[in-house]
Amino acid sequence: MKMHGGRDFVRHMPGSTQTFKKGESFWRIVHVDPWLLLALLILTGTGLSILYSASGTSEFMIKRQIIFFSIAYIGMFAIAQCPVNFLERSGKWLYVFGIVLLILVLLIGVGAKGAQRWLSLGFIRFQPAEILKLAMPLCVAAYLGSRALPPKLKHIGGCLALVALPALLIFKQPDLGTAILVTASGLIALFLAGLSWRYILGSLLLVVVASWPMWNFVMHDYQKQRVLTLLNPEADRLGSGWNIIQSKTAIGSGGLEGKGWMQGTQSQLDFLPESHTDFIIAVLAEEFGLKGVVLLLSLYGIIVARGLMIAWRAQNHFGRLLAGSVTLTFFVYVFVNVGMVSGILPVVGVPLPLVSLGGTSLVTLMAGFGLLMAVATEPKKTQTQT
Amino acid sequence: MSTSKGAWFKQWRFGTICCVVAVLPAALIWHLSYLQVMPGQEKGHDFLQAQGQARTLREQKINAYRGVITDRNGELLAVSTPVVSIAVNPQVIAPNDIVRLAKALNLSAKDLTKKLQRFSNKQFMYVARQLPPHEAANATQLKIRGVIAQREYQRYYPAGEVAAHLVGFTNIDDIGQEGMELALDNHLAGAPGAQRVIKDLKGNIVKDLGVVRSASPGGDVALSIDLRLQYLAYRELKLAMSVQKAKSGSIVMLDVTTGEVLAMVNQPSYNPNDRANIKPNQTRNRAMTDVIEPGSTVKPFTVMAALETGRYTPESIINTNPGFVRVGRKTFIDPRNYGEIDLGTVIQKSSQVGISKLALDLPQNVVRTMFERLGFGQSTGTGFPGESLGVLPSRSKWHPIETATLAFGYGLTVTPLQLAQAYVTVANSGQTRPISLLKQDEIPAATQVVDAKVADQIAVMLKRVTERGGTATRAQTSAYLTAGKTGTAHKVGENGYADDKYVATFAGMAPANDPRVVTVVVINEPTSGHYYGGEAAAPVFASVTDSSLRLLNVPPNNSQHAEGVKQVARR
Repeated sequence: MKMHGGRDFVRHMPGSTQTFKKGESFWRIVHVDPWLLLALLILTGTGLSILYSASGTSEFMIKRQIIFFSIAYIGMFAIAQCPVNFLERSGKWLYVFGIVLLILVLLIGVGAKGAQRWLSLGFIRFQPAEILKLAMPLCVAAYLGSRALPPKLKHIGGCLALVALPALLIFKQPDLGTAILVTASGLIALFLAGLSWRYILGSLLLVVVASWPMWNFVMHDYQKQRVLTLLNPEADRLGSGWNIIQSKTAIGSGGLEGKGWMQGTQSQLDFLPESHTDFIIAVLAEEFGLKGVVLLLSLYGIIVARGLMIAWRAQNHFGRLLAGSVTLTFFVYVFVNVGMVSGILPVVGVPLPLVSLGGTSLVTLMAGFGLLMAVATEPKKTQTQT
Repeated sequence: MSTSKGAWFKQWRFGTICCVVAVLPAALIWHLSYLQVMPGQEKGHDFLQAQGQARTLREQKINAYRGVITDRNGELLAVSTPVVSIAVNPQVIAPNDIVRLAKALNLSAKDLTKKLQRFSNKQFMYVARQLPPHEAANATQLKIRGVIAQREYQRYYPAGEVAAHLVGFTNIDDIGQEGMELALDNHLAGAPGAQRVIKDLKGNIVKDLGVVRSASPGGDVALSIDLRLQYLAYRELKLAMSVQKAKSGSIVMLDVTTGEVLAMVNQPSYNPNDRANIKPNQTRNRAMTDVIEPGSTVKPFTVMAALETGRYTPESIINTNPGFVRVGRKTFIDPRNYGEIDLGTVIQKSSQVGISKLALDLPQNVVRTMFERLGFGQSTGTGFPGESLGVLPSRSKWHPIETATLAFGYGLTVTPLQLAQAYVTVANSGQTRPISLLKQDEIPAATQVVDAKVADQIAVMLKRVTERGGTATRAQTSAYLTAGKTGTAHKVGENGYADDKYVATFAGMAPANDPRVVTVVVINEPTSGHYYGGEAAAPVFASVTDSSLRLLNVPPNNSQHAEGVKQVARR
């Protein structure tokens, strides 16, 4: 199958035989996966137009978003150039760097709305937790990929420790959404590495048992409130239930066709809170209806499918685990956001990737796709191996 | 390595992931379609859409155009002009916008800021009401957030104080408060329309979805008054008020053939277009709301009652010697001894003695019944707000003093309008019609309340009042023969009837031989020394009647005048 890698890929290219042969070499040389790039470009373009409407035609926000997208694309292309084994080696250092910054956040971080999530460098503030979104899959993939698969129990333990440390630090800030995503990326890599079903079922049981002490001793009041709100948003319509009631109203009133771009009443008239960040899909749902949501989710689906394909074709354990983890974390990202906005998951503060207004999260997401592209365009060592 | 990869990755684990990655979005989409499209779901699409509309869709009131009030010839008495009221949402407007708004509206920025702070918990506050559209445009074209412009109608009364009492006025919300504006409010107001709009969270209108129900304008009203006569009467009354230094006064002019009110004016009056400083006593339509003791103006009705009994004829002689009559403890005196006089002379001279003797000779309640038939103590049926009924006492047994005083107009109260209505009955050969403040398209059916012959005999007697030797020679005009009766009533003071306070009245008709109009003039408390009805009220009657009949194109019938015209022609 290793020899099919390149062929399969070019077969999907449009145009004549000649051009695709040129294309194959071209994309390989520049370390870009064209399908992924195309999907990303469409998605970011769509995202900008939704954001334009959701922000109340704020040119400031759009300019800001475009600047961050530019940085993010440059970052993606840069990372895509990195040799895979360089990434494998640097993973643990990035991880350590991230952990140090997370500890700094707890000590000297700045915050807003009761959370301490940012480090201020004077001219710019950023969330070190974002680094872990990259460092976690890199590090876990490197840790497990260099060992025999499926992993032994002690490696599973080590892996869990790698996951738990930053997750707890982020959870402490508190930032439940990022903690979940970081944990997910680590556990997905572990799952892909071949974790046996016994462990999976066992840990699920453990989660159920542990949920009681979690609820009573670990979770913040506001986090509990979110779960309770999910179960019954009507209980506190004007308080904690407001966001979810408003977003469901916006989604529901969109219908099949939607009200048209910039015509959504709930989103345009300030009824929908956080309409340009976490709840932006409600804007889409209201203005473009179910059709629009399905199209956007399909776009995400294409990206995820392409990511899984890259993982499938990766040439070593590290690449496979990395690509799988990055792709599936992205999937979790989308699923959690849409789930929480439409009211089937608690509100945990996860933005809609590449659409919601955001700075660092755009950069880290695109960096993640840079990792995917690096894996996808890794020069074939298999020729010599086989 | 590649074989191990094939073993663990390719197979069920990858399959599981693909399944999860496919199933979870499918579940999401199913959930979303439940929210967005599936019909009939509890808390599904329909519910959420209704919820969304409940948050944004609002119905705005469209103010209806209030009907106009005109006189009988279509002259405008009350019209609505479009105006704009400026209001703000204190929770939305920015501080520097307040300053801009104040500047545009010529208001003090400091005061406005203070006022807005005081109402900062509210979402609506009027800043300036009922501005002319061009002034409001100064504010609206700034497009300040939180400023609301409302289209309204402001009432304007072209006739001003002249017709103020009759027409009345509306308040700032266009609701009738006084006069015909109040009486006919339902008819005039129309039905407000509704307009569907989308409002944002702050209450700003962001989109107009069009008119749901257009406002239906109110109906127009034509009053019975003739604005020309109204002006005339008002001018003469105002003049008389200042010359005689009287406290108040009223003039009512009725159309004899239709029962319509042709003019109704009062003093003091007010300007309905500027009501900042009006006092309540200025706003009373005294011709209908205030009562007077009619005094001698009812003497013809006593005589009419006597004639109807058949025991008297116009030629019957009453002996008024020796110029006074003692009734119980009271003595009623004439200014001088008139001797033996017929009934016509009793009225011409307004003899207290004659009327007293006549009344005491009549069966009980005959006079009272006559008064009742003429409409005293009852509503005229105009439906005017605050109309007074007057008081016509009813007794099972009448003391002679009461019998006598009732006969010459004390112990009962009437409104000037009721008095005029009674005189219309005389002028109209005993027929009465409902009084109307509205222009009548067809003349309502008349009721014969007094024998026609008797009423005509009274009308003939009334002519003598204005002739030489009568009490109201000054009620005569150069062009028209008039007929009528004076009244001079003592006013009730703190201790019974006051010696020095009078109500001077004159009630009369013209032209005398074929009456077209009946006019009642009431001058309340003249203080310039002339307080007799013949001195204070009759001249006002004369000038009003003379000019009015000319305006109504009634041919002159005063022979003296006619001869004078002929002489001029001969020369």
